[in-house]
Amino acid sequence: MPDLLIQLLIIITKIVVLTFVVVLPLVPISVYFERRFSAVIQDRVGPNRVGIPLTLLGFKKDFHFFGLIQPMADGIKLLLKEDFTPEHVRKTFYWLAPALTVIPALITVCVVPFGSPLNFFGHEEKLVIADIDVGPLFVFAISSLSVYGITLAGWSSNSKFPFIGGVRSTAQMISYEISLGLSIVPVLMYFGDLNLSTIVQKQADSGWLLLPFWKHGSLCIPDLNTALFWIPAVISFFIFTISIFAETNRMPFDLPECETELVGGYHTEYSSMKFALFFMGEYAAMVIGSAMIITLFLGGWSLGFTLDAKIADWNIGGVGLAGFIHIGVFLSKLIAFILFFILVRWTVPRFRYDQLMKLGWVIFFEAALINVFLAALILAAPQFSAAITIIGAVVLLVLTAAIIWVAKVSEDRPKLLRA
Amino acid sequence: MSVVKLKRPKLGFGEKIYFGALIKGFILTMGHAIRSLRGKSAGADSLASSGLGVTMQFPEQRWDEHLPEHYRGAPALVTDEQGRERCVSCQLCEFICPPKAIKIVPSEIPADDPWAKVEKRPLEFDIDMIRCIYCGMCEEVCPEQAIFLRKDYLITGLARKDMVHTKKKLYEIGGTRVGLVNKWNELK
Repeated sequence: MPDLLIQLLIIITKIVVLTFVVVLPLVPISVYFERRFSAVIQDRVGPNRVGIPLTLLGFKKDFHFFGLIQPMADGIKLLLKEDFTPEHVRKTFYWLAPALTVIPALITVCVVPFGSPLNFFGHEEKLVIADIDVGPLFVFAISSLSVYGITLAGWSSNSKFPFIGGVRSTAQMISYEISLGLSIVPVLMYFGDLNLSTIVQKQADSGWLLLPFWKHGSLCIPDLNTALFWIPAVISFFIFTISIFAETNRMPFDLPECETELVGGYHTEYSSMKFALFFMGEYAAMVIGSAMIITLFLGGWSLGFTLDAKIADWNIGGVGLAGFIHIGVFLSKLIAFILFFILVRWTVPRFRYDQLMKLGWVIFFEAALINVFLAALILAAPQFSAAITIIGAVVLLVLTAAIIWVAKVSEDRPKLLRA
Repeated sequence: MSVVKLKRPKLGFGEKIYFGALIKGFILTMGHAIRSLRGKSAGADSLASSGLGVTMQFPEQRWDEHLPEHYRGAPALVTDEQGRERCVSCQLCEFICPPKAIKIVPSEIPADDPWAKVEKRPLEFDIDMIRCIYCGMCEEVCPEQAIFLRKDYLITGLARKDMVHTKKKLYEIGGTRVGLVNKWNELK
C-alpha cells in the first residue's frame, strides 16, 4: 500500500512540476521573447520596463529585470478585464471552445521526455509523465483535437469573420496533419520504436538524427547507410517543421487569424481570459511542437557528441546530476527553437490561402510519401542484393518523376476549345 | 484603355522553390537584430538612440535639444523688455481658437498706470490644455505679438483643474521676449 501511495505521489509531482512549473511558464516567457525579439528585429526596444516599482516605496531606482515581469502584467491585465459575452453567441460552445484549445495542448506534455532519468540514491525516475509506447501517435491524436476548439469558437461566435477563421483553420489543420504524420514515418522506421524516451536514448547513444557523428561512445564519420539515411531525415525534418508551423497557426500560415482579412479571426468575439486561453493554447502548441521536433530530430535532452556518457556518473551525495543537466539542455534547445519560430514569424510574409493548400496537398503530401519509400529503400538495402536495390531505386525515381509531372500538368491552364 | 491587362511575372525555378528568398529574409532580419543589439542600427546616431535599435527611451533621454525651430508646444503669453504685458485682450485668439480652449476676461488699465493709453489688459486669461490642439492659430492671429507657441510639451496634471493654464502660469512659461515691434512706445 505505501508503495502505491509513493507511486501516486511521484506521478502527481511529475504532472504538477512538468506541466505547471516547466511548460506553462514557457508560454508567457515565449510571449516575452516574441515581443523583445520582434522589437530588436525592427530596431525597437520592446517591453523593458515592468519590474518591481521600488521608487514607490521610496527607493532611488526601480528594479526591472529587462522587463521579464511584463508577461505577468499582461496576464493580470487579461484576468482583470471585463469578460464580455456578446448577446448573439451560442453560449455553451462559446464557453467550451477556449478550454478545448488549451487542454489538448497541455495533455500532450505527458509524453515528452524532459530529461534523462533522475537518479536518487540508486532509484531511477524517468522524467516523463507517461512513458507510453505510442508517443508520437498520442501527440498527433490529442493535438489534432485542438481543431475542435478553434472550429467551435468560430462557429459559436455566430458572426461572419470568426466563422471564416474557424473554417479556414479546420481545413488547414486537417490538410497538414497528413504530411505531419507521413513525414515522421521514416524517423520511426529508423528507430524501430514509438517510445519517445527510447528514441532520445538511442540518439544520445548513436548520434542525433540530423547529426549522426558519433557511435558507441566515440566520435566517428557515419557509415554509408547512416549517411544515406541523412537525406530522408532532412526531408522529414523540413516537412515536419513546416507542417508544425501550419498546425500551430503560426505566422507564414496564420490565415485563421489574419488581421488584414478577418479582424481577429476565430477569437474576434472573445475578450479577457477567454481570449487569453486561445493565446495560451497557441503558444503551448508551439512549445509542444518545438519539443516534438527536438525530440525526434535533434536529440531531445541529450548533450550529444558523446558527452552524455561522460556526465552519466556525476553525482553529489548519491543524487545524479545528469538528469538535471539534461533538463537544462532540453529547455535551452526548446527556447532556441522557439526563437527560431519567432524569427520565422517576423521574416516570412503570410501565404495566400490557395498557396497554403497547394503546399500542403500537392507538395508536402507527395514529398512525404516518396520520402517514406526512399527511407525504406535505404534501410532495407543491406538485406537485399545490389540488383534489387537498384531496381527499387529506379522504380522510385520513375515514380517521383511521374508525380512531379502530374503535379506540373495539373498546374497548367486548361486549353480553351474555342479561343 | 478601360481594361488594363496585367501580366504576372514569370517566376524562375529559384523563385518557385522559395527557399532562397527565405534565407535572404533570415539574413536581413538577423542582421537587423544583431545591429540593433550592438546599437549600430541605421540612423541610431542621428536619432540619438539609447543603444538598442533607434529608439530613445523617454524619461531618461529627451528629445529636447533636437526639437526643430518650428516646434509647436504649449502656447504662452509674453512680456516685452519694458515689462509690459503685451496682450491687450482683443480676444481675437479666443474667437479663432478651433477647439475653444482660450477664455479671456478683459479689464481696463487704470488711468494712473504708465501704460494707460493701451487701455486694456486681460484680467483672466485661461488656456485649457486638455482642449488645446497646438495648431498655432492664436499666435498667427495675434495683432500684438503677445502669444507664442513655446517648446514645452510635457503638459501633465492629475486633475482637469491642473490642466488649465491661468494667466500667471502663461506668463511664467512665456517669460520676456525681446525684439518685438513696440507700437505703444513713445519712440518707435
